[in-house]
Amino acid sequence: MAGIASPASGSSDVLVIGGGLQGLSSAFQLAKAGLSVRLLEAEYCGRHASGVNAGGVRTLGRHVAEIPLALAAREQLWHGLADIIGSDGGFVPSGHLQVAESEADEIKAKARVAMLNGLGFFHEQWVDQQQVRELVPSISPHVVGGIWADRDGYALPYKVATAYRLAAEKLGVQIVEQAPVLRVDHQSGMWQASTAQGVFHAPWLVNTAGAWAADFAAQVGDTVPMVAGGLMLMVTQRVAPFVKPVLGAMGRPLSFKQFDNGTVVIGGGLRCEADASQRHAMVDLNRMPKSAQTVIDLFPHLRDVSIARAWTGIEGFMPDEIPVISPSARADNLVHAFGFSAHGFELSPITGCIVAELVTQGTSSLPISAFRVDRFATA
Amino acid sequence: MSNPAIPLNDAPSQVRDLVVIGAGPAGMAAALAAKRRGLDVLLLDEQPKVGGQIYRSITETDAQRERILGADYVYGKSLAEQIRASGLAHWAGASVWQIDPDKTVHVLRNDRTTRIETKSLVIATGAMERPFPVPGWTLPGVMTAGAGQILLKNAAVVPQVPVVLAGCGPLLYLLAAQYLRAGVEIRAVLDTSAGTDWRLAISHATSLLAGWGYVRKGLGLLREIKSAGIPFFKDVGGLRIDGEDAVRQVSFSSAGRAQQIDCELVMLHQGVVPNTQVSWSLRAEHQWDDEQLCWVPVLDSWGQTSLPGIYIAGDGAGIGGALVAEMQGALAGIGVANSLGFGASEDGAQQRAQIAQHLRIRPFLNQQYRPKDEFRIPADDVVVCRCEEVTAGAIREQVQLGCVGPNQTKSFSRCGMGPCQGRQCGLTVTEIIAKEAKLPPQDVGYYRIRPPLKSLSLAQLAAGV
Repeated sequence: MAGIASPASGSSDVLVIGGGLQGLSSAFQLAKAGLSVRLLEAEYCGRHASGVNAGGVRTLGRHVAEIPLALAAREQLWHGLADIIGSDGGFVPSGHLQVAESEADEIKAKARVAMLNGLGFFHEQWVDQQQVRELVPSISPHVVGGIWADRDGYALPYKVATAYRLAAEKLGVQIVEQAPVLRVDHQSGMWQASTAQGVFHAPWLVNTAGAWAADFAAQVGDTVPMVAGGLMLMVTQRVAPFVKPVLGAMGRPLSFKQFDNGTVVIGGGLRCEADASQRHAMVDLNRMPKSAQTVIDLFPHLRDVSIARAWTGIEGFMPDEIPVISPSARADNLVHAFGFSAHGFELSPITGCIVAELVTQGTSSLPISAFRVDRFATA
Repeated sequence: MSNPAIPLNDAPSQVRDLVVIGAGPAGMAAALAAKRRGLDVLLLDEQPKVGGQIYRSITETDAQRERILGADYVYGKSLAEQIRASGLAHWAGASVWQIDPDKTVHVLRNDRTTRIETKSLVIATGAMERPFPVPGWTLPGVMTAGAGQILLKNAAVVPQVPVVLAGCGPLLYLLAAQYLRAGVEIRAVLDTSAGTDWRLAISHATSLLAGWGYVRKGLGLLREIKSAGIPFFKDVGGLRIDGEDAVRQVSFSSAGRAQQIDCELVMLHQGVVPNTQVSWSLRAEHQWDDEQLCWVPVLDSWGQTSLPGIYIAGDGAGIGGALVAEMQGALAGIGVANSLGFGASEDGAQQRAQIAQHLRIRPFLNQQYRPKDEFRIPADDVVVCRCEEVTAGAIREQVQLGCVGPNQTKSFSRCGMGPCQGRQCGLTVTEIIAKEAKLPPQDVGYYRIRPPLKSLSLAQLAAGV
């Protein structure tokens, strides 16, 4: 595809709206495919959910529609990230373990593994009480088993975002920060994005604006029922090493991990209110006592460990909790990738590949029909 | 007998008229002013007794300690006595760990978390010592003068080894005088103020005259120190503290001459700044104060922040000292009473005039004890974030990589993410970035302060289910 010459200084082959992980990864892959790319970011890259999430590189427990993407991301990208973008982003292949705390949990866990096996997926395995104890010797004895994904892990979100940014810039991607897009227009085959820093043009537009993406989609008639929300996490003071894998629980919302520096990050889809127009979310610790309880149920020795900080990032949530990764249903030369509903971090490397394929070939080599932008549209 | 139709445990929770956070002079005065006007007031404080830092342990003190600590300290007794006599609700040992936007205050007390609803809030959390990042400031054997004074007030604990006091500002000289009275051996006082620039001082002549009472006290302290024969070094620069595992020596220059003193204990102090953790956490508006070189909340003439119903009084609103804090507290208490429709709407003019009178010395003090740039914006090899061991040089590198504010330093280096949550390094980080990026501190901004405001264990949080 040839770059279109334009007298305007703000012209490129593709405009990407949003400098979160999905946008940075898309910009990188598009540039790798030979296109000239400009990325517009309202604040600074990785400012919201992309820079401050829990960093789980998790295929475990995913919606079936996401599994092919999650596995491709993990096997083709995460485990070789340094070779692809010049930094491993702090990736640690720690494995993920989702613990079963009761017989009911165990039945549920085994049913899930059997269901996945039936579909040809073998990345999640049932492990019994003894195996759990080998993986996490310090865990409370009431745990009866769990689901184990040995090649999962975690990374450092801001490091990954920065690494993608630097890699994209190395390929010539122009990143314009502090440039909130006020509106987008499509005229005579050209997309136009108006910002306070000028008007930018390109034949292709990629919408990776996260919690703000639905507004841009709506401007071209791709109406989706996405809502913005805050996603809360808290971190403890440093404690002696006691757990290597990232942990989740079958029966209650929890995700937690201990970093090398000893701090423990606790999360698990805990939502709080977000004011997308003011671009901030307010931590609501009232919703976190249950997570604290779950942690000390599993590891009673953490009772007196102090919480250093709780924080939140703003994210877009879809009603079915799977993202939109899709060409526009209404406009030409527009690709959406947003609404990752609190689990977009692991998918972000593959999102860029899919977006680049959709732009350059009009189709994706991975199954993405479940993520159509018009799946909620009424006939 | 209670009416069986209205079970007691289902009674609607009480909504207070006013919650005051901090029982120092500002908080006590705010609570008293509001209580006297008929408001339902709750005074919260972390300490076991009222007094704050300035009048700490005032209700427990004995004659000997009163002699050591001086008349300005003893004055606090009258406030404490008024609190006792007023019968207002005072929760001691109550640590506020979060305040919601709707003003709900979350308190940890006796190992349990409690939620308090209130119509208005006075934050009187006072000042904290300005960070003093010099080489070696993280070594064991270095502490702040404020910490030294708290030990003295709380438990009559004084150093058993000779101490070097370094820095500038009234608290440093006060502590020196108190230590002298307590018989502590002071090896030297290193004064880092630039020395009086009389051209500037004269421009503050009216300020000086108006605040003569303060100046006389300050001169008295200095006289007390000097007449004790303690080595007093003026115009100190290039201060560094040396030692491998603990303090062995301080090196510095005084009036251009290199000096070294062997010692095991150094107390540092270069003034106090408003403790704005709470107001930042609420996202109240703040502005950079170029004279006091710190952040101050933006307040109306009653002390109300940009958030309706939330007031700040005392040193947390800008450094004015204990008496100003008390007057500001009273003003805020009256403002709250007015806004809730209690009593005759008072205009507060008298309190404002008093405050203005007492603040007239500030321009002189701000200039006289303005901490030197070298002690606020340190050289590359000096640790700035003590918790995560991030140096000034590392922050400058981040600015060169595109870091535009304190929040990004967290992502680049975990600066400000340790146990103190930026309390120790926040001001330094703002000033380093501002200088390196050639931006005013106002544009650089501050850390986004996250809950919990105070330490809270997992078990304590879980108990709040």
